[in-house]
Amino acid sequence: MRRSISLVAVLATALALAACSSSSDTPAADPTTEAAADGGSLTIWVDETRKPAVEAAATAFEEETGTTVELVLKNFDDIRADFLAQVPTGEGPDITVGAHDWLGEMTSNGVVAPIELGDIAADFEPVSIEAFTQDGQVYGLPYAVENIALIRNTALAPQAPATWDDAVATGKAAGKTYPILVQMGDEGDPYTMYPLQTSFGAPVFVQNEDGSYAPELALGGEPGTAFSQWLAAQGAAKVLDPAITYDIAVAAFAAGESPYIVGGPWMLDSFPGLDLAIDPIPSAGGQPAQPFVGVAGFYVNAKSENGLLANDFLVNFMSSEDAQLALYEAGDRPPALIAAADTASADPITAGFRAVGADAVPMPSIPEMGSVWSFWGVTEAGIVSGAQEPVAAWTKMVADIQGALDAS
Amino acid sequence: MSSPLLPQMHDPVVALPPETPRSRRAARRVLRDADGGHATNFSRGFVVKLLLLAMIDALGVYVVMAAWGQGSFGILWSMVGLLVGANYVYFSKRALPMKYILPGLSFLLVYQIFVILFTGFVAFTNYGDGHNSTKADAIEALLIQNERRVEGSDAYPLTVLADGDELAFAIVTSDGDVRVGRAEAPLETIDEAEVDDDVVTAVPGYEVLGRQAILARQSDVTDLRVPVSSDPADGSIRTQDARSGYVFISTMHYDETTDSMTDALTGTVYTPNDDGQFESADGATLAVGWRVLVGFDNFVKAFGDPRYSTPFLKVFAWTVAFAALSVVTTFLLGLFLAMVFNDERVKGRKIYRTLMILPYAIPGFLAALLWSGMLNTKFGFVNQILLGGAEIPWLTDPWLAKLAVLGVNLWLGFPYMFLICTGALQSIPGDVLEAAKIDGAGGIRTWKSVTMPLLLIATAPLLISSFAFNFNNFTLIYMLTGGGPRFADASVPLGHTDILISMVYSISGVDGNAAKDYGLASALSIVIFVIVGTISAIAFRQTRKLEEIN
Repeated sequence: MRRSISLVAVLATALALAACSSSSDTPAADPTTEAAADGGSLTIWVDETRKPAVEAAATAFEEETGTTVELVLKNFDDIRADFLAQVPTGEGPDITVGAHDWLGEMTSNGVVAPIELGDIAADFEPVSIEAFTQDGQVYGLPYAVENIALIRNTALAPQAPATWDDAVATGKAAGKTYPILVQMGDEGDPYTMYPLQTSFGAPVFVQNEDGSYAPELALGGEPGTAFSQWLAAQGAAKVLDPAITYDIAVAAFAAGESPYIVGGPWMLDSFPGLDLAIDPIPSAGGQPAQPFVGVAGFYVNAKSENGLLANDFLVNFMSSEDAQLALYEAGDRPPALIAAADTASADPITAGFRAVGADAVPMPSIPEMGSVWSFWGVTEAGIVSGAQEPVAAWTKMVADIQGALDAS
Repeated sequence: MSSPLLPQMHDPVVALPPETPRSRRAARRVLRDADGGHATNFSRGFVVKLLLLAMIDALGVYVVMAAWGQGSFGILWSMVGLLVGANYVYFSKRALPMKYILPGLSFLLVYQIFVILFTGFVAFTNYGDGHNSTKADAIEALLIQNERRVEGSDAYPLTVLADGDELAFAIVTSDGDVRVGRAEAPLETIDEAEVDDDVVTAVPGYEVLGRQAILARQSDVTDLRVPVSSDPADGSIRTQDARSGYVFISTMHYDETTDSMTDALTGTVYTPNDDGQFESADGATLAVGWRVLVGFDNFVKAFGDPRYSTPFLKVFAWTVAFAALSVVTTFLLGLFLAMVFNDERVKGRKIYRTLMILPYAIPGFLAALLWSGMLNTKFGFVNQILLGGAEIPWLTDPWLAKLAVLGVNLWLGFPYMFLICTGALQSIPGDVLEAAKIDGAGGIRTWKSVTMPLLLIATAPLLISSFAFNFNNFTLIYMLTGGGPRFADASVPLGHTDILISMVYSISGVDGNAAKDYGLASALSIVIFVIVGTISAIAFRQTRKLEEIN
């Protein structure tokens, strides 16, 4: 029996069509008509810590509006790049969690839409709204404010130190292995070192009157070199040490090997059983030691087809005290909503971090910031380890950052 | 037509004398007719084939339909092409060799050729930060970023109304007045409207839309702008959540006919430039740009930046040295161990062999991270326990860091070489070695003249691929040293252990430490591809000499 190719092909195609006929109508159907029947659907990217809290708010939203909320669990570190890559393809989520310092990149790539908070803007900590503001527009709904402070083991140091030298002196007097723990690592940690740098009056960029940053470097000059010399001196005195990484610092503090550690609320889980107090970071250069504030929030996809739902969910549900408190319990960072932060401040630790955060400065979100990190930390580590001559290294770093800024 | 590709035919083909290609074809035709051909009867094999292909077709048709739904026509047509090709090959009588190579070929096309071509394409664009999407997206993004709420204006409770198909907004002012307007008709006060607790519940002539109805048309609702008055400068009402409305004003206007952006406040006109950005007459550009083809700009940029020229040579030299030394050290250690454990006099060989493979079983990135911890100057296991508290800067001294990288790669890589050498050693026929013995060759002479050449025939291609792999061994460098310690004399964030691929990662900003530039990254990847490809091609040519021994 002989048959032609065409007959066989028709047979195969017919089988194929039969096999996929049940599933084939899904992509063809118009998603909007389907969604409208049940109050629409909303896709949100969340990370592991935040998921249960957002889930709770989403359930409330679902119950009240009939909308289906789909939470997609993402690794926090992947969200930034994935969101940038997927929004232009139309595949991105309607809402994503994110950090405020992504803002410059998000807006210059046109992937986020402004959110009009209206009157509720006044209910948030000013620094949190400021952090999500660019050119007068607010691009995110903040939910948490995080910053570092001086965590003190009250058993070893009953009093808050007034200055850095005071802290080192009392730390040495406590007779433990380390007078004070500041994480650094071979690559340096400019985020943790920043309050000490600002205490010399050397912020990274020039700050405008409204709190935003201008892409003009301010970490050089006299204050910058004074800071670099101080770094070298602390390195020589073995107070600062590039060998101290985050893990080592946290483990040492937890073991009671130092009365002080400079760190954030994310460390607290590692210190069970210690009686802690949160103090402002002691000034080393005479001026106030201002750490960076990081604000976590939600961004709305600029190409979202569910813009209305997304804004409704954020502005009218995630801004509630309950939702913000749920996020606080999940992530331990002081909430951005003032009412929720007041409630959370019943815990002295949270109140301590919040008090330090009140005097802090937002981490720059301008795209130029990316060029700074990679030079900043290694230079600090090099100076502390004694491998580099402080003033020359610092001056070269400023020139290199300027070169990178000019090139991009 | 090479024989390995042909299936095991029936005996007659063997019996046929070697003839000219033409008569061979004729012979095969005869043969096919004799057994009825391979696609033309309903044997069990044919039914299985039909079912398998039907499943593949089903999957393919599903992909085609999904691609149609998403508007991805590139995927759609490639899939159609693959499907038609597959069906032709497996049902035709003329494409016998293709039946064997088509699966591999399609995967090669999808996972290799396409990726290379796409990378090549991106290398000629300016895809990266600020040029993330299409021009239409950029215009839309600029427009939404520059539509802002009029400062100090009120927030109004808002209700969405419909008059037939047309949408309208009703707002309640602070005086309690209800004002209604639509896209073409500015707001006007309506006295007959009913208001309940600041929310409009009924307006004569309009239907108040419920939430479901609003959601069904949510993009129409968010796109609707209701002018506050007949003067456009007063702005317009819009809503983002269908609950409250604000007065917004656009400060940027796009004119399609002239393809230009105009700033309403300053009157500056921005026109598209060759870099995919809107540019004003005085050179100021708007933040959001789009992807355009930039020709060889990325290649010029890669080699034209003086900040990179000195470190590039150092990085290149280290990359070649690292890849070559990694191959040599792992191969020698692997070979030595393979020969030791190939000797029957060694007791417990199986246990040793299993232990030897352990480093190979640990994921590379994990092992590199572990080692970076163990090599920490002050707290690392190596310094603390093995060297009794010595503070050797394994990862922070330029030369020691290089040594550490090679050492860790040796630890990671020797089991692989051990495995292939064991296999190759065991496949060397005993009679050859025996013949050497009879000819009076000693152990070293046998090893040099018989074992090694036979071993190299089997392993040389693997050594070349190992070289190519290590040339791009990003994981190890990134996880172990991060490229550090930094060059003290360079003005770019590169270090003594950076290899080309980690340099690309760093200078194209993919690591987040600079503005991302996928175009530049792709251009440099193509350059690396050419380098690796050339070295491998030359090396493969050299290994042909080895085969002549056979």
